[in-house]
Amino acid sequence: MPGTGRRSTLSDSQTVVDTSVHAHGHNPALLHHFSDEQQQRDSASLGMWIFLATEVMFFGGLFCAYLIYRLWYFGDFAAASQSLNWKLGGTNTIVLICSSLTVVFAVYAAQHGKRTMLLASLVLTLIFGFAFLGIKAVEYAEKFEKHHVPGASFSFIATVPGHPDLMANPRHAEIYFALYFIMTGLHALHMIIGIGIFVWLLWIAWKGRLTPQYNTPMEIGGLYWHFVDIVWIYLFPLLYLIDLHK
Amino acid sequence: MSTALAQPVERENYLNKHYGVGSWLFTTDHKRIALLYLISITFFFFIGGFFALLIRLELLTPAGDLVQADTYNKLFTMHGMVMVFFFLIPSIPAVLGNFLVPMMIGAKDLAFPRINLLSWYLYVIGGVMMLHCMLTGGVDTGWTFYAPFSTEYTNTKIVEAGLAIFVAGFSSILTGLNFIVTIHRMRAPGMTWSRLPLFIWAHYATSIIQILGTPVIAITIVLVAAERTLHLGIFDPKLGGDPLLFQHLFWFYSHPAVYIMILPSMGVVSEVIACFARKRIFGYSFVAISSIAIAVFGFLVWAHHMFVAGISVYAALIFSLLSYSVAVPSAVKVFNWTATLYKGSIHYDAPMLYAFGFLGLFTIGGLTGLFLAALGINVHVTDTYFVVAHFHYIMVGGALMGYLGGMHFWWPKISGRLYPEGWARLAALIVFVGFNLTFFPQFVLGYLGMPRRYYDYSHMPEFQVLNVLSTAGATILGIGYLLPMIYFLWSMRYGKPAPDNPWNAAGLEWQTQSPPTTFNFDQEPVVTWEAYNYDEIDAGHREEVHVVG
Repeated sequence: MPGTGRRSTLSDSQTVVDTSVHAHGHNPALLHHFSDEQQQRDSASLGMWIFLATEVMFFGGLFCAYLIYRLWYFGDFAAASQSLNWKLGGTNTIVLICSSLTVVFAVYAAQHGKRTMLLASLVLTLIFGFAFLGIKAVEYAEKFEKHHVPGASFSFIATVPGHPDLMANPRHAEIYFALYFIMTGLHALHMIIGIGIFVWLLWIAWKGRLTPQYNTPMEIGGLYWHFVDIVWIYLFPLLYLIDLHK
Repeated sequence: MSTALAQPVERENYLNKHYGVGSWLFTTDHKRIALLYLISITFFFFIGGFFALLIRLELLTPAGDLVQADTYNKLFTMHGMVMVFFFLIPSIPAVLGNFLVPMMIGAKDLAFPRINLLSWYLYVIGGVMMLHCMLTGGVDTGWTFYAPFSTEYTNTKIVEAGLAIFVAGFSSILTGLNFIVTIHRMRAPGMTWSRLPLFIWAHYATSIIQILGTPVIAITIVLVAAERTLHLGIFDPKLGGDPLLFQHLFWFYSHPAVYIMILPSMGVVSEVIACFARKRIFGYSFVAISSIAIAVFGFLVWAHHMFVAGISVYAALIFSLLSYSVAVPSAVKVFNWTATLYKGSIHYDAPMLYAFGFLGLFTIGGLTGLFLAALGINVHVTDTYFVVAHFHYIMVGGALMGYLGGMHFWWPKISGRLYPEGWARLAALIVFVGFNLTFFPQFVLGYLGMPRRYYDYSHMPEFQVLNVLSTAGATILGIGYLLPMIYFLWSMRYGKPAPDNPWNAAGLEWQTQSPPTTFNFDQEPVVTWEAYNYDEIDAGHREEVHVVG
């Protein structure tokens, strides 16, 4: 995670050895190469936004592949999509939207020095995060049991929605499931990293290191969490809700 | 180093402040990280160069007699992968950019020093994976690892090489991210955007490509690795996939990647030409904005690598036109550099010789790029040595000349020592002659129809003369590359101590001591002048800046 303003032991020792005129003794979170807190905060925030831009491009390649094959093999994609459990996916969408709300509360609480609210919001966010992964695991297990995981034992027998006499091409459905697992898998990996970040945020909040004067880690950690949520907001309709009305 | 001192007391600087392996491996000083990168990329440069030497030796005779066909495939693949991902992409940004971006804008360090160190470690991890891959068999697909050959048919180490490039790619992303934030947020008071050195503009443009392009190759590698391991059909037409999708995704990064190599080099050339012509850069804002324009246009031309791959004719027309549009900002730069030389007081020091070399070679490389962007000629010379010659004129003639010119220009600042000028000028000449002898015959070869990636051309023995010329040139070029390494190392021990500003240059990096202290400046500099105010400096009008305590 870029730009969390915590000092490493090494930069501490450099500051001690350094005998130049700069002496920032007042704020232990201010790194030596920044001239003030404002500059440090702005840098960290910009760094996270740029990192999120790279993330958009990272997922962008997958969305591009998805859109092409969805256009080519629409019927097969719709058939494969309907084998997903949209109720579980929808629940997960609500879970993530709620987690974004608690992240907003956490950022607010950190900025205003409300310790209890901060800790409670972080814990709630973590609970939502784990709930999401738990539900995802149930869905993956179901796909595994039905042999919908691409690979040697893959099999898919279903008709194209709206065409009861037309069987979906299992090869094309396999492309759908390959994209499904890669896209949701990478999203889940981002969730796991996000949970790691929030455990760390909970730890430094518990230690009282997030204050109204210094809460950059909370702010940029929150940005990351919201981004991962937004990715899911796109994944859910694209993967779960293809041609559902038929 | 301190034993060979000419001065009685060496001032404290970033090199002598701490000693010991730990002070280097855990440093967060951008200048030390630049040196770590310098050592690592030089190592990979010589590995890639060794492969090139074997390729050229094989082609000395028409028969395939030095290596087997499989070995030859691996040689040109590993040459390409090592040179592109482990030398050219990191070369100027990670070494000179790392060292100079904070100094040129008057900052103490990059915005995220620990992320900077992390990027070097990622590079090293990727590099070790690539070395392991090479030592245990390598890859034979060509550096482009086109699917479905790479995902289904080759039995070489695609996944491992891909992961090595994936990891090194994140090193590149983090460098770009660090530069953008640093240039936005860490400029000294008075260092406005219109006063930024053009080296900074070039790195800003490069960083945009690094952060937006690299993730796309990363996800492409993920897809290739998944397809190869699980036999998916994302790119395999047999299973319903689209091999063209791979090419689109691959070139979406790999074409702009060429601008990652050339833009920083253009930044170096702007600094060097202004300094050794003792003139303000002609049309500063045009040169600055053209860097951004190249980065933007560079993202819109990728399918010109696919004209014969079966894309629609309308797409080909549009991509051909867009490819021509990149020539406009490139030509703006070349014309402005030339106009800067006009009535300048030109000094033929070694960095300037490299800059002149860059001008000529980049122009040839760029113009032949226009030939290739034309649909008709493209079909005729696709996959011939014409293409090979063209991109080596850009990537070696352009990017590498700029890198060497920059290394000579800033070596006194980096090492605090002067290199032997006579040898340096000789090396610049040898590189220029060797380069042209190596690659110019390849234009002719390609135009006459010699395909690339063939190890045996015994059915067309008339191509031998040109191939012998090329191999002879490569030998000369090799000597030209060894020389600077030798005298740079020599100068670290025996070179004369460098003054703070040996070229009487304008940039902020020259206003502090050589080598600089850990935090670059003892007081935060305040900038009140434009970049390249050489007329004022030479007339003695510019107030002497003492940012050294």
